[in-house]
Amino acid sequence: MTFLIQQTLLFAIPLMIVALAGVFSERSGIINLALEGIMIMGAFVGVLAVRILQGVPAFQQAAEAVSSFNAGTGEASSAWVTLQGMEILCMLIAAVAGAIFSLLLSYASINMKADQTIGGTALNLLAPAISLFLIRIIVNQNTMGMAGGAGGASWFLIRKTFFGVGANEDMGFLGNTFLDKTYLATYLTILLFVLMSVILYKTRFGLRVRSCGENPQAAASLGINVYKMRYAGVTISGALAGMGGFVYALTTQGCTTNGDVAGFGFLALAVMIFGNWKPLNIALGALLFGLFKCIAASYATLDINADGHFLLNEIGISSYIYRLLPYVITLIVLALTSKSSRAPKAEGIPYDKGMR
Amino acid sequence: MNKSPLLKKAGTQKLLASLLSILIGLFFGSLLVLIVGLTTSNIGGKGAWDGIRLIFIGLFSKSRDAAGNLVFGINTTNIGNMLFRATPLIMTGLSVAISQKTGLFNIGAPGQYLMGTMVTLMIALSIPSTAVPPFVIWILAFLGGCLAGALWGSIPGMLKAFLNINEVIACIMTNWIAANLVTWLFDIARFSTIKGAFYCQTKWKIADGTFKNLIENTKSGYIYKTTWNNVATPKLGLDKLFPGSQVNAGILVAILIAVAVFIIINKTTFGFQLKACGSNRHAARYAGIKDRANIIYSMAIAGALAAAGASLYYLSGNTEFNWHTDQTLPAIGFNGIPVALLAMNNPVGVIFSGIFMAMLNIIGTQLTKFTAYNEYITDVIIAVIVYLSAFSLALRTLIAGKKKTVVANDANAEKKPAAPPAPKDAKETTPPADAKTEKGGAQA
Repeated sequence: MTFLIQQTLLFAIPLMIVALAGVFSERSGIINLALEGIMIMGAFVGVLAVRILQGVPAFQQAAEAVSSFNAGTGEASSAWVTLQGMEILCMLIAAVAGAIFSLLLSYASINMKADQTIGGTALNLLAPAISLFLIRIIVNQNTMGMAGGAGGASWFLIRKTFFGVGANEDMGFLGNTFLDKTYLATYLTILLFVLMSVILYKTRFGLRVRSCGENPQAAASLGINVYKMRYAGVTISGALAGMGGFVYALTTQGCTTNGDVAGFGFLALAVMIFGNWKPLNIALGALLFGLFKCIAASYATLDINADGHFLLNEIGISSYIYRLLPYVITLIVLALTSKSSRAPKAEGIPYDKGMR
Repeated sequence: MNKSPLLKKAGTQKLLASLLSILIGLFFGSLLVLIVGLTTSNIGGKGAWDGIRLIFIGLFSKSRDAAGNLVFGINTTNIGNMLFRATPLIMTGLSVAISQKTGLFNIGAPGQYLMGTMVTLMIALSIPSTAVPPFVIWILAFLGGCLAGALWGSIPGMLKAFLNINEVIACIMTNWIAANLVTWLFDIARFSTIKGAFYCQTKWKIADGTFKNLIENTKSGYIYKTTWNNVATPKLGLDKLFPGSQVNAGILVAILIAVAVFIIINKTTFGFQLKACGSNRHAARYAGIKDRANIIYSMAIAGALAAAGASLYYLSGNTEFNWHTDQTLPAIGFNGIPVALLAMNNPVGVIFSGIFMAMLNIIGTQLTKFTAYNEYITDVIIAVIVYLSAFSLALRTLIAGKKKTVVANDANAEKKPAAPPAPKDAKETTPPADAKTEKGGAQA
């Protein structure tokens, strides 16, 4: 059960934050089909930042202290904190990269009034191309990990020893599930999810962004700068998606990147629609999708009620079925709720001052 | 700006806008090559110059001479391979173009392509060529593939027509469903229950009745080539014309289909109805056109075309299919979008833009072969071209010389893609031994 919850969270959290990224953009009136591309860019830049920061002596010493502490010698509490700080720094760098990359989409769709779907598709093509081109030049292969072959887990994974609990002691169900073998990034992302949802729904700024996605002409008549608000929406969207991409690469891929996030950006779009553009529904949808991803990845060794039987494996359903189920469910939900589904009214329509 | 009557024609402006996008794309690619070359110690200025020359005239590169300089000239192998790779690109390009005519954005071409691949291969491999003439199997496999694509394409079409679900979202969902479905079906499918008893000619014996190639150890993860069952597209002497290449009659089939689509769109009532629905669905309905039916037809035809591309590609006899597609979608499907955009959705134009896209593909392999760069630079160029196509209207007004201010705006647009930071600490840059494992194109 512990394993199931942990794995589900690992898959669900990046989905959740990227889906919220989609909400920010669409609520401001711009369809962000480029979530996948922005995630790839964020993952690439984030992992690159980790590689470069690995060369900094302070971080190197911290990593050595932690590894020797795990082996049973020495004191490492400040070293833990240093490494977690490095993780946060890389998350921020990935967010900035995502924000800058998303400017391409805002420029095309806001200033040039271009087709947003095609603009987004261009970004989806550009991100893997650029990152793979550079990855191949940097490491001479298609997957870039951390320098020196270190795994992301050995540097950033929080273990029970971090809390002063011995390696052989039990932390109880809650401790084992939510503290041992977790990433700080997961919890920061949840925090950010709540914070950004509050900003979008409870502040004046959020209301203004949303008004631009519903009726930009009315918003403009009240003195709101629609261009600025749409730029803000897409840029925040880019930052969240870029960070989500890095969190995905760090927590589920062991801090490696290969110009691909296995369709997570598109899955996030599905979650967004599934959640009807509302944060709480999105969180639930992301958990559901995360659960399916987790089952598909590890159903053969999943012992749900700890009785020694791998129940899902014994049922004999292929992992590919579990993988395609979320997409089928999304289509069915879309079909059933198409009448009541409430997409932002003005999404996809370039803002034209003259159209009142 | 020259304001001759020729420049005022819509067709000329479209053509010039496309050519301008291509040029800007190539220049941006060259710029990236130059920056990376100058900042990477073991490439340097000379390596960058080689890379830039290959980007522009890589189709005519032949080899390096003893002194290490690039040799250029007519390279028939490259040209033949270009035509071979253009075949599926023309088909997926047509698929995207015809849906655009009806106002739909068919981003589902990868899924339709995969469904076509699966049905084509299953038919081509499971009918024994000892009992049925190979050309009959070829036709059955081709038509079966098209039918599968048409059915798969009509799903988003129906969702759009009856429930008004955005076809882009529906297409993306069906893409990933297809990716997992195809992998799953190839995993479990058997075409013979009698173990080791299935003979096709005397050439081969299927080990356990699956489609997975278990005979050649080096081909794990691949489906058998159709030539195992003696099914392959005829060469029609094209291999003599372009010795050493993989070209076959598929390219002629693709060109014929493109011309047929052109005639249907522009010269028939059906084509007119499709376009009418694209211009204004409600007005079309008011005029008595069945808008729902036309949306479904349009997506079904688009699906059939994308799947036909897959059929032509995998029936060639040169290509193998890696059946583990659950995590990736075929790039050929997505590249149908730039092909259609560059051709401004003109079916005959798609022939040329498809060949151009295939040329970029060849340039990519030449870059990997002869320089420290790799083939992904051509994907960057394609992405820049798509990005520019997104505001092709602005480019066209620029060419027509109506709005001079657009010039300044566009200049900014070109600089922006450079924003993602270029890393500068490349370590080893010898050409990789095992580059990207290509799904198709493995030589027989």
